Amino acid sequence: MTAPGELVLEEVGADTLRVVLTGAWQLGGVLPVAETVQQQCASRPGVRQVVLDGREISHWDSGLLTFLMNLQKFCARENIRLDTEGLPAGARRLLALATAVPEKKDARQADERASFLASLGNQTVELWRSAADLLAFLGDAVVAVMRLLAGRAQYRRADLWLIMQAVSAQAVPIVSLISFLVGLILAFIGAIQLQLFGAQIYVADLVGIAMVRLMAAIMTGIVMAGRTGGAFAAQLGTMQVNQEIDALKTLGISPMEFLVLPRMLALALMMPLLCLYANLMGILGGMVVGVWLLNIDLIQYYNETARAVGLWNLGIGLFSGFIFGIIVALSGCMRGMQCGRSASAVGDAATSAVVTAIVGIILSTALITIVCNILGI
Amino acid sequence: MTTPATHIRVENLTMAYGDYVLMRDLTFTINRGDIFIVMGGSGCGKSTLMTILIGLKAPARGKVFYGDVDFWGAEPEIRDRIIRRAGVMYQSGALWSSMTLAENVALPLETYTTLSPKQIREVVALKLALVGLAGFEEFYPSEISGGMQKRAGIARAMALDPEILFFDEPSAGLDPVSARRLDDLILELNESLGTTMVVVTHELASIFAIGSNSVFLDVSKRTMTATGNPRQLLADSKDPNLRLFLTRGEESAL
Repeated sequence: MTAPGELVLEEVGADTLRVVLTGAWQLGGVLPVAETVQQQCASRPGVRQVVLDGREISHWDSGLLTFLMNLQKFCARENIRLDTEGLPAGARRLLALATAVPEKKDARQADERASFLASLGNQTVELWRSAADLLAFLGDAVVAVMRLLAGRAQYRRADLWLIMQAVSAQAVPIVSLISFLVGLILAFIGAIQLQLFGAQIYVADLVGIAMVRLMAAIMTGIVMAGRTGGAFAAQLGTMQVNQEIDALKTLGISPMEFLVLPRMLALALMMPLLCLYANLMGILGGMVVGVWLLNIDLIQYYNETARAVGLWNLGIGLFSGFIFGIIVALSGCMRGMQCGRSASAVGDAATSAVVTAIVGIILSTALITIVCNILGI
Repeated sequence: MTTPATHIRVENLTMAYGDYVLMRDLTFTINRGDIFIVMGGSGCGKSTLMTILIGLKAPARGKVFYGDVDFWGAEPEIRDRIIRRAGVMYQSGALWSSMTLAENVALPLETYTTLSPKQIREVVALKLALVGLAGFEEFYPSEISGGMQKRAGIARAMALDPEILFFDEPSAGLDPVSARRLDDLILELNESLGTTMVVVTHELASIFAIGSNSVFLDVSKRTMTATGNPRQLLADSKDPNLRLFLTRGEESAL
């Protein structure tokens, strides 16, 4: 075991301080710090020269170099000459290399500590800017749809089919599970209350209306936000990182039409179908509880459901699904297109896409519900 | 020798990210048929200059002229039309990863020409063969090496027979032989097709091998300090920073 690094200060004459370094100057051990020398210099204002003597150093690594860097910085600041002749040759060369390129003063990011009001102001400005971005993106999307209707949009049909498959057929298992269970849960909750009045049969009404009008669309929307919205953001974000989107732009191909449009179209078309399917699975879930637990006759349950669920309910549900599809696609694509150029930015984009989509779904549900209420449907 | 026609003229250009000014007062001319090198140390704004020239980022001040047209002062449609006559090879290739090499090269052709699918296939095969990738039509970008991706990127940039080709660090990350082959390809295309080439690079070997004109961006002075043929600059220039750069630091500041 070698002796740890140590430092002895010797005063040689009135203006010279001799620093003798001994032992192993290696990272991980307890090493003397440059402040010791600084304090010595401060207590003796006459010191104009520091002579380093490293002949007794047994081992050294970056531990010695960081000490020397700190010392050198201090000496440069105080106009003290630093004599490094006595150091190991390797350490001297590395020190020279580390100081060869002067520190770029304005390259360091300014350590800004904004006051509360300033940061509040910045965030408000940021909020406005992001709202403006959202509107601009929506506007671009509408223009792209117009061009599609005019038959002038540039996108690949093959992409559209692939995306359609990814957002519909491949989502069926998870949508089945979720909507079946939601139907089941609704039936259980309703059953406990309705049994008090002997009105078990109305479980069919409860499950049917809730699923068809609202729950199927919301649950499918949330599943798709997590499953597809995040995926869209990650895809487009990675394309942004790889400059693939720049490559599209310089060819004069609008990323809006080429990338966003097929995704929006696929989800807008497939979401109502998924909702329809989720309706059936939800009603099936309610039926399982009704028939096995509440002993309602299967035909009776079916008839009650058919009587309770009107076409309006179905229409509102499917319309919601259509809107949610657009919301999920747009928020995924928007976050992807806004993505920065790093791996963590792609992760942020995916997270933010899911959050934006879910908030959008809940907000538009509220809006649709209020409008339906006013219209009396 | 006739005076060469101006292809791109840059006047008093300032590039900035927010308040951080990267380079100011850039003024130079790129002639038709030039192999124009944008050179300078890392972080001096070479690539940013390219993004301004190809219409991805607006300059903070100053003008870029393509021929007589004020590029950034024009309507976006006009800018689109100008840049469609240019091809760009990005640093990492930037091939569309969900499409095969053939589809990558074919997309510009499908979008802007009325060629039949058979003709497009033939053009695609030709362009890929030109960059030494014959037979790789059905490969996806992730299935080939970095050097091959760069060459495929050139094939895509050449798809529409552009008047001007931009290269962002073509030889970065390539082995010496591949880098040399890429240089030869740039020279050959320039000579046989008369395409103007704008190459952003700091590879000295490339700069002297292919450059016929250049601009040097001095990172310490935040502006350009020289423009002209790189070999001529090496012979004539007295600027210590430029000499340091062109001699790989062997000739220390005098």
